Amino acid sequence: MIRLERRPTPSRLWAAATPILAVVLTMIAGGILFAILGKDPLEAIRTIFWDPLFNEQFASYSRPQLLVKAGPLILIAIGLSLGFRAGVWNIGAEGQYIIGAICGAAVGLAFYPMEARWMIFPLMVIAGGLGGLLWAMIPAILRTRFNTNEILVSLLLVYVAEQLLASMALGALRNPEGGGFPGSRNLQQYPSAANVELISGTGMHWGVAAAFIAVIVAYVLLTRHTLGFQARLLGQSPRAARFAGVSPNRLVLICMAISGGLAGLAGLFEVTGPAGQISIDFNSGYGFTAIIVAFLGRLHPIGILLAGLLMALTYIGGELAQFMLGLPSAAIQLFQGMLLFFLLAVDVLSNFRIRIGRREVA
Amino acid sequence: MTQTDAPLLSVDGLTKAYPGVVANDHVSFEIQPGEVHALLGENGAGKSTLVKMIYGLVRPDAGGMRWQGDAYTPDSPHAARGTGVAMVFQHFSLFDALNVAENVALGMENPPPMAELSTQILRVSMDYGLPLDPERLVGELSAGERQRVEIIRCLLQDPKLLIMDEPTSVLTPQEVAILFDTLRQLSKEGMAILYISHKLEEIRTLCDNATILRLGKVVDRCNPREKTARELAEMMVGKLLHSPERAGATPGEIILNVTGLTQASPRPFGVGLKNVRLSVRAGEVLGIGGVAGNGQDELLDVLSGEIRTVPGTIQFKGQTVGHLGPNARRALGLLAAPEERLGHAAAPDMSLTENAALTGTIREGLSDRGFIRWGAAREFAERIIERFDVRTPGPDTAARALSGGNLQKFVIGREVLQRPDLLVVNQPTWGVDASAAADIRQALLDLAAQGAAVIVISQDLDELMEICDQFAALNEGRLTPPRPTKGLTVEEIGLMMGGAHDMEVAHAV
Repeated sequence: MIRLERRPTPSRLWAAATPILAVVLTMIAGGILFAILGKDPLEAIRTIFWDPLFNEQFASYSRPQLLVKAGPLILIAIGLSLGFRAGVWNIGAEGQYIIGAICGAAVGLAFYPMEARWMIFPLMVIAGGLGGLLWAMIPAILRTRFNTNEILVSLLLVYVAEQLLASMALGALRNPEGGGFPGSRNLQQYPSAANVELISGTGMHWGVAAAFIAVIVAYVLLTRHTLGFQARLLGQSPRAARFAGVSPNRLVLICMAISGGLAGLAGLFEVTGPAGQISIDFNSGYGFTAIIVAFLGRLHPIGILLAGLLMALTYIGGELAQFMLGLPSAAIQLFQGMLLFFLLAVDVLSNFRIRIGRREVA
Repeated sequence: MTQTDAPLLSVDGLTKAYPGVVANDHVSFEIQPGEVHALLGENGAGKSTLVKMIYGLVRPDAGGMRWQGDAYTPDSPHAARGTGVAMVFQHFSLFDALNVAENVALGMENPPPMAELSTQILRVSMDYGLPLDPERLVGELSAGERQRVEIIRCLLQDPKLLIMDEPTSVLTPQEVAILFDTLRQLSKEGMAILYISHKLEEIRTLCDNATILRLGKVVDRCNPREKTARELAEMMVGKLLHSPERAGATPGEIILNVTGLTQASPRPFGVGLKNVRLSVRAGEVLGIGGVAGNGQDELLDVLSGEIRTVPGTIQFKGQTVGHLGPNARRALGLLAAPEERLGHAAAPDMSLTENAALTGTIREGLSDRGFIRWGAAREFAERIIERFDVRTPGPDTAARALSGGNLQKFVIGREVLQRPDLLVVNQPTWGVDASAAADIRQALLDLAAQGAAVIVISQDLDELMEICDQFAALNEGRLTPPRPTKGLTVEEIGLMMGGAHDMEVAHAV
């Protein structure tokens, strides 16, 4: 008989080991999935996890892509993690990401074709962050004022944001010289607004730099600052948090503001860099994948950094597998979903230990 | 073969181990028909495991039981009831939305038709002085009346042995008196009663014999009437207890003044406070008694600042504080320790260092421009651990890994070491072993002797009588005017607690 026995203190070892275990289990289950699809599972796994980094043929293209993809994931996940620790469930980072991109791009396009990078790009960054922040304030204020569920509101606002994105790409922000095609001017080609690669050939752009800074700031915030302590306290024992003088509403607003702002920034850096323009299909699910990244990284900044890189790898490797092995793109999304699923499942090991044998009559 | 001279139940060498702990280690005792037998022990001494084995809920690892001389091995409560064992649990298993008769029927093996059952309930309740209307909804009953439902349900089964697990923890003194009359009557009629408690005075008044358990073993047997409460306590704890000493300082100026405080409860089934008025002076201990769920939690939250209220209703050291939050009140010197240790006074999964910072940041200077000084927090935690003798491997231990008594010492120590001008504590010794409880009471008295005001909210009347200068009772959110503890009789306390309603009837029957 197998039983679960609650540990007196959560196991630190298992807290660190469960993400690795989850990755291994995902590889096994993914391998089985790929085998059923008629692909060689070992080759598929190798194509996803190994080739993008070490295969000479692909590495020169994929290695920089790692940072390009990981940057927004980490930036968004860092913001989400603070809220998740406090029990504030912002599921709508995708929407805040879109609105950040729209606001930032709008500011940049308003100045077009004026050249003043020292002013325009920073203004765009501020507008992008503010845009995401304000979008996140909608579920935040609805929760603090009317006790609505922020999970639902933030999620549904993603679809509103997508509609806004489409209307912007077709209307207000459409490139007047684009021959009637949807989509804005390409900001990459507008020097005052372009988010350029900082070190050539690495994929390192301003958004990636912002993600690294966010990791460091979040680490300090969580381990040293009162705000991080209060967030952890509110998430773990809401009543003890109130006793400690934490105002739950204030923390909801702060957490939503930070996560929304960072998601907005990620959107801005994406639209000015890798994506280049506002288009109907500008968003690619970073806001949702970042939720997986946040949990895979145990809501810990360093963990999120590693998880973001890993998740970026599955994106790139997944594309490669599609291209090389003809794996359907849905299989890759399934693969990413399984990762979260297995992580949540093995998570039980950090709080419980498995006992085999010993029967107990109770 | 049934031997007539054999004891009703004899327990021989019962042993039961759980992972990491031996709950019962070769426990033996006997109980005769008509005997009221006490099982006395601290929390965790193994009383509950023992009665669960007798009631067929848990099977022993070793040892056996005999019922009137025959082997007795109940494999379920059903079998135990069939033999003649009935049990009244500490926590009632009743449905609020059903009436008394329906609830009784649910717990019976073969309930008779409702009309007949109602008559039976009425008859039993009259016979034993437990007035109860079979048609009333259980949701409308007081705790004492609910317990009667449980008792009557047991009595209808015509048991030979009645097990009562901590039956008085929810009762007012008057209700306790009625219960004891009933139990004595049952015992006279030949029913054996196994009475589980850690309340010594009760055992001395009620029981013929006592078996004392400590850490799963029988450490002593005695006739409790021949022992003092203190002797019983020392047998139970296994060491000499010191009684709290009070310095007897003269009360100083008024520290806290509450007037006309009316506050609805934020919780769905909470009890709001109604026109509460009280004041405490420096160096004074005010005890607030009353049965749980009469506004105790709400009173603590309102005083600690977790519930903010009309500013003027709470005056602390002459300042209006009703609108201030917990940290602003801490800054002024008003500290509190809530009842629920895990999840309210302390965060279960956080370390003791983090829990020290939970309330200590302001008065102990544990934060610097928003950054927490973890080194200082750790030192503070270590100081609490040392000064209050908290048994733990160290300040990195998670709060939930501590025993109840140790965590409570930590929680009280954390507040006391912050030198409050007023400390409000709710149930400071609930579920705490006797020696830790004595330490905590002494710490509260020392604090008062140093000139602080202390408010102790508790259901343990003995505790309140022991350490308090003034006594007031909470009943349905209303607070009686405080009276000096000295010279207060049990009857007066019962009346203050509002436990007198419909209790007179019981004696009249």
